[in-house]
Amino acid sequence: MKKLINSPADVVAEALQGLVAANPHLALNADHAVVYRADGPTPGKVGVICGGGSGHEPAHAGFVGLGMLDAAACGEVFTSPVPDQVVEATKRADGGAGVVHIVKNYTGDVMNFEMAAEISAAESGVEIETVLVDDDVAVQDSLWTAGRRGVGLTVLVEKIIGAAAQEGLPLADVAAAGRAVVAQGRSMGLALTPVTTPSAGKPMFELGENEIEFGVGIHGEPGRERRAHASAAELAKALALPIIEDLPFVAGDSVIALVNGMGATPLIELCLMNHELGKILAEHGITAARTLIGNYMTSLDMAGASLTLLRADAQQLAWWDAPVLTAGLRWGV
Amino acid sequence: MTQELTLENARTWIRGFRDVIAREAGTLTDLDSAIGDGDHGINMARGMAAVSDALTLDDATGPQANVADLLKKVGMTLVSTVGGAAGPLYGTFFLRMGTGALPESLSASDFGDALARGLDGVVARGKAELGDKTMIDALAPAVEAYRAALASGGDLASATVQAAAAAITGRDATIPLVARKGRASYLGERSAGHQDPGATSMAMLLSAAADAVA
Repeated sequence: MKKLINSPADVVAEALQGLVAANPHLALNADHAVVYRADGPTPGKVGVICGGGSGHEPAHAGFVGLGMLDAAACGEVFTSPVPDQVVEATKRADGGAGVVHIVKNYTGDVMNFEMAAEISAAESGVEIETVLVDDDVAVQDSLWTAGRRGVGLTVLVEKIIGAAAQEGLPLADVAAAGRAVVAQGRSMGLALTPVTTPSAGKPMFELGENEIEFGVGIHGEPGRERRAHASAAELAKALALPIIEDLPFVAGDSVIALVNGMGATPLIELCLMNHELGKILAEHGITAARTLIGNYMTSLDMAGASLTLLRADAQQLAWWDAPVLTAGLRWGV
Repeated sequence: MTQELTLENARTWIRGFRDVIAREAGTLTDLDSAIGDGDHGINMARGMAAVSDALTLDDATGPQANVADLLKKVGMTLVSTVGGAAGPLYGTFFLRMGTGALPESLSASDFGDALARGLDGVVARGKAELGDKTMIDALAPAVEAYRAALASGGDLASATVQAAAAAITGRDATIPLVARKGRASYLGERSAGHQDPGATSMAMLLSAAADAVA
């Protein structure tokens, strides 16, 4: 394993210090690994927090700032934050109008946020709404699984919820705006190489020279199947079609598209994938009203990509376009 | 015959669990890498090291509590340090075990009741059932075996040995199961053929209990 680290145990703390040092709009509670707005909380504004395991940078600390998150609780690599951390993030975000917890649908995240919400409510009486993100069509959604995973759509949920909160909407409406995004968005990803966590020091799975993991999660969890590597055109189609069919997206739909890198895939390949996605959307009569290309919901050093589509109405597009000032997304300011 | 779980027994139990987790962290991580996200061993080892510090397990002259306070402190420390699904689940297990008006030392039936409360807590927190390929597959048969052993005249030590044996049987029985909870459930049929890491660490916990009251 060759990584730019000192010790696996210090990776998250040291990285957060580096992030905050470069971003004057951010502050850090180092004991709890909570990054929050240096000028927060904003009185009267609904607070918005997200959290999860680290290793998905810029998610989520990189999305703290004006127009997006008020705080992020950063767990160990690929490990959900503990309730204490989420309680601290909730405090940092609480401007008196309630706090939205954005939670990716993983068993550990759900349980830790649930415990944190109980503790926060008991301690301070803060009102909390939870928005659960479960957009990964690679996973069968049934009573017999933990349900679909939260992946790339989380970035869009954070942006749109953040804008709705910034606009001054009350707690219930902000949460409803988030749930509307979850209801209308779908994702799927693939891995070209496995991921190596600092603590394990070895790849989490093996992939043959000509193999890809199709439907992979953002923690190196296996997906739908191993299959032979193929051209970008074929892989874009293999990712996009299940997404389109699942919602389903139909002719005339206007979408926000995210072509997301898993961490180790160059931007030139993501741009190429977007070119292929454009052709597929055109064939289906779907318009990409906005497109974001880059590494936003990553899996450490995994190579690969995911596609996310969100059917967006005029209000959602306006929230998407609203000013945002974070380390990871910045426009309109 | 061992009649009661004393504070010293309880400390020995938790110390034994800490040691087996430290020793077997790699095994747990390998099991978790096969069907989960490969962090169960390192997370539990971090949590139990924190428990060890909080309870000064290696220093009998450190601040002493009663069994109930010890169990609650184990639970709170695990909730605060483990993360993932294991943190809330093990944390809830110990917190619930230590809840209620418990005597200074636990009688055999007090300990059985505490284990049953712990199981109820884990079921409520994890929303899983027997056969879902989780730690419940080791814990539920253990609670059952403990009760049965007491009912047929066993004492604390023999009932705990029965519970540990049932946990190991339950752990092994997770191998052919298809996971229905947690990250392993994403694998569907591909999760069959692998031993569940949570059931494995739970069986270790009950074996450590059997050793502590032997």
